Amino acid sequence: MRVVYFILSLALTVGLIIVLNVPLPAGKTKTPRMGYFLSPQKGFWQNAEAADKEFNAAIHASGLKGKVSVYFDERLVPHIYAENDHDANFVQGYLHARFRLWQMDFQTYAAAGRLSEIMGAQGSGSDFLKIDKFFRRLGMVYAAENSLKQMESDPESKAAADAYTAGVNAYISALDEKDYPLEYKMLDYKPEQWTNLKTALLLKYMSYDLAAYEQDFEMTNARSIFTAKQFEKLYPYGQDSLDPIVPKGTVFAKAGLVVKKPLNADSVYFTFNADTTKSQAYNPKPDPANGSNNWAVSGIKTASGKPILCNDPHLGLNLPSLWYEVQISTPGNNVYGVGLPGAPNVIIGFNDNVAFGFTNSGRDVRDYYEITFKDSTMQQYLYNGEWQNTTFRDEVIKVKGAVADTEHIAMTVWGPVMYDKNYPNILKDGKAYACRWKAHDPSDELKTFGKLDKAKGYDDYVDAISTFSCPAQNMIFASKSGDIAIRQQGSFPAKWRRQGDFLMPGNDSSYRWQGIIGDSFNITLHNPTYGFVSSANQYPYDTTYPYYIGGSNPPYRGIIINRNLTQMENITPEDMQRLQTNNYNIFAEMAKPVLLKYTDETALTDTERTLFETYKSWNLRNDIDEKGATIFAVWVDSIMAEMYDDELSQSPLPMPQPVQSTMLESILKDSSYVFADNINTPQKETIKDIVTAAFKKATTELNIAEKTGKLAWGKFKDSGIRHLLRIPAFSRLHLPIGGGNHIINATKQFHGPSWRMVVHLNDKTEAYGVYPGGQSGNPGSKYYDTFVDYWASGKYYMLSIISEAEISKQKGLKGKMTFSNS
Amino acid sequence: MKLVVSIILTALLGYAVCLFLPWWGFAVSSFLIGIIIHQKPSKAFAAGFAGLFLLWGFHAYFIDLNNQNLLAPKIADVLGIGSSGALIIITAIVGGLVSAFAALSGSFGRTLIKTQN
Repeated sequence: MRVVYFILSLALTVGLIIVLNVPLPAGKTKTPRMGYFLSPQKGFWQNAEAADKEFNAAIHASGLKGKVSVYFDERLVPHIYAENDHDANFVQGYLHARFRLWQMDFQTYAAAGRLSEIMGAQGSGSDFLKIDKFFRRLGMVYAAENSLKQMESDPESKAAADAYTAGVNAYISALDEKDYPLEYKMLDYKPEQWTNLKTALLLKYMSYDLAAYEQDFEMTNARSIFTAKQFEKLYPYGQDSLDPIVPKGTVFAKAGLVVKKPLNADSVYFTFNADTTKSQAYNPKPDPANGSNNWAVSGIKTASGKPILCNDPHLGLNLPSLWYEVQISTPGNNVYGVGLPGAPNVIIGFNDNVAFGFTNSGRDVRDYYEITFKDSTMQQYLYNGEWQNTTFRDEVIKVKGAVADTEHIAMTVWGPVMYDKNYPNILKDGKAYACRWKAHDPSDELKTFGKLDKAKGYDDYVDAISTFSCPAQNMIFASKSGDIAIRQQGSFPAKWRRQGDFLMPGNDSSYRWQGIIGDSFNITLHNPTYGFVSSANQYPYDTTYPYYIGGSNPPYRGIIINRNLTQMENITPEDMQRLQTNNYNIFAEMAKPVLLKYTDETALTDTERTLFETYKSWNLRNDIDEKGATIFAVWVDSIMAEMYDDELSQSPLPMPQPVQSTMLESILKDSSYVFADNINTPQKETIKDIVTAAFKKATTELNIAEKTGKLAWGKFKDSGIRHLLRIPAFSRLHLPIGGGNHIINATKQFHGPSWRMVVHLNDKTEAYGVYPGGQSGNPGSKYYDTFVDYWASGKYYMLSIISEAEISKQKGLKGKMTFSNS
Repeated sequence: MKLVVSIILTALLGYAVCLFLPWWGFAVSSFLIGIIIHQKPSKAFAAGFAGLFLLWGFHAYFIDLNNQNLLAPKIADVLGIGSSGALIIITAIVGGLVSAFAALSGSFGRTLIKTQN
């Protein structure tokens, strides 16, 4: 009997341990290994950081060449003092890993199409296998490998990447399972060794985010529905209201490279409305709102007589934040700013002599070519009348808890065949398309950031940015010597008008990108007489520019920034902070007269009229308490639907949405705008009918918002910063912050200014900055979201380059780390 | 007295063993304590439970205190547990249960060894 008790009891014990040591199914996800997760010695409790923790350590690492000291200031920003660049990069890698390991690792899993490996094929409402397949077929790993080769062929870039990787791995190698970041414990996997390829993948992820937007399939679909004339009206090239980065009226040189439209383009490519191009398919798009503002004013506009540079990149807002703030001091150079965990260098910041920043160019550098395979083996494809051999990339996607999936990707002269019979495109036409993407080409972005961090003046800036290829950026610059400058820099294919807006024939080399736009055509605006340079993702040039620009370029932020900068005099850094956080809606200002003109007030009911009066008395600011801002936003969406849905629904397949500036500019200049007519009704609707009907329809949503207390713009917009895994408890939701689309403070619901920076290049640099996050990526740290409320309320922290002697005497430091090789 | 000693020993050894073994390492020490310290199976069970309940409970409690109750409410939310207090209790119970059954097994094991002798 005792034996039975013993065996039963032992079995129960072992059984209990086993159950607590495996992830258990919970709804659509799985629990962590609960015994491990709950163990105060091993599990999540270990990530509950003591509030008074000091971040002290003495690290010995054989890879170091000298000694490095790191002081953490009261916001946990590290100030790194290294004897050489190698050690500075090493320590930057170490610190990124120390504070942001899970995030940087996770982002490279996403970039490499490896999420299924840690998340399983599906979970929490996401189809990870689908996402992974997409990134594999887009050629993300292929692109990263190409860039890695280029990066490693440059001795300085290679040295920087190697040192950085060694620093990350020095941290990872010393980890015990109790030290793993919280998310590893939740998802039950382990950190893997960092590699230079992972750094390259991270940079490619930025290219995906910033230089992968295209609507080629949708545009091709639209081409089959609309006539050429209709198409040009719906999706025009250029804008009336445009205030380009390089001012209108600039006389451009004749194109050095003459781009020839293929001879058969009119019959093969511009096949409007006669083409009978005949969705499970997955076609995620980077957010087209991935934009930014930057500007620099010269001494003639400032109170001090010295330049001020400002930058706020608008990206998806996540926790842990994309950015990590740092000061890096090496002999002869001090640089301060934010960098990307996963890559060395300060990306946006300033040094003792200059300041620099970026906004996205939005140029279209991703096109598709239709491939004609000889047979289903895809081993040969037609190119210039001959059968060419393909090569293959077999991308193996490991899936947690299931068998691996292999993507068999044919490689052509254009690039990877992204869509084929095994991976349908959104038009479901059964055809194969290869993707030609600038990010596939070898490039070395690290080199630019490494040089910018050390730039002493204008010539160094030009030298630093000249090799930058992708994602193309509007690179802004100001120096203590008084220079300001901006240039849209990148490697741009020279295109004929509308080239690549539609799917192109892949069997004909005359549709290739015929060359890269020459460097002299990437115009640098240097010290213009009117005293400022700026960019806000608008077109860089007007349509007299000798090459086709294409792409996605909202005009309004550029207009309001330039209007403000033109008017402002005696500017101080505080003025610039107010401008960066300005909630004035220029789009609403331009729309108001025409909306009032086209609203038939007599057709409104009493409740509709109340809302309309609120709109009329609105001050055109998207501040949190403004109800008029909500009414306007919902109304505009409603107008867009009333105006275009009838035309767009002529095809059951995805169509490109016309943009708001097209609608507004059209009704401003054309009182008999052809798309006002609803093609599904016998009568002919006018703009007045559409605008009024749209208002009436909008009131349904607005009345619900009013009843639930959500008509005020801040409540309606409901901004938040989400954890990368979308875990609400790790996110900061429902933040009181204004702004939005077309507004300088471009804060949308989950998207907006990811870093605000103002640098006054006075004799002693005076800089301010804030990002919506915190220096620690650990949800159990008080430094996880420290800056969020400050950011939301439009405040800034002072950013200072401090000497080691000075900081070592400071009170309130959060710790000191030393690094040496013995 | 034996009960108190075995509770203290369960907690101390449970902590020490887990410095070297995975999270379930304390089950080994609780099992051994069940063999070595002669008690009724019910008392061995109680001592095993109490030892780890106290160890994990207080450890979690003090971590939470130092953390100023920052992470526990977030995890409680993720796991769908009402409050961070409940999370501490659940943590303690999970540790306690594993330890209790390990100690009970040890206690039954001791009687087996004795009979064979």
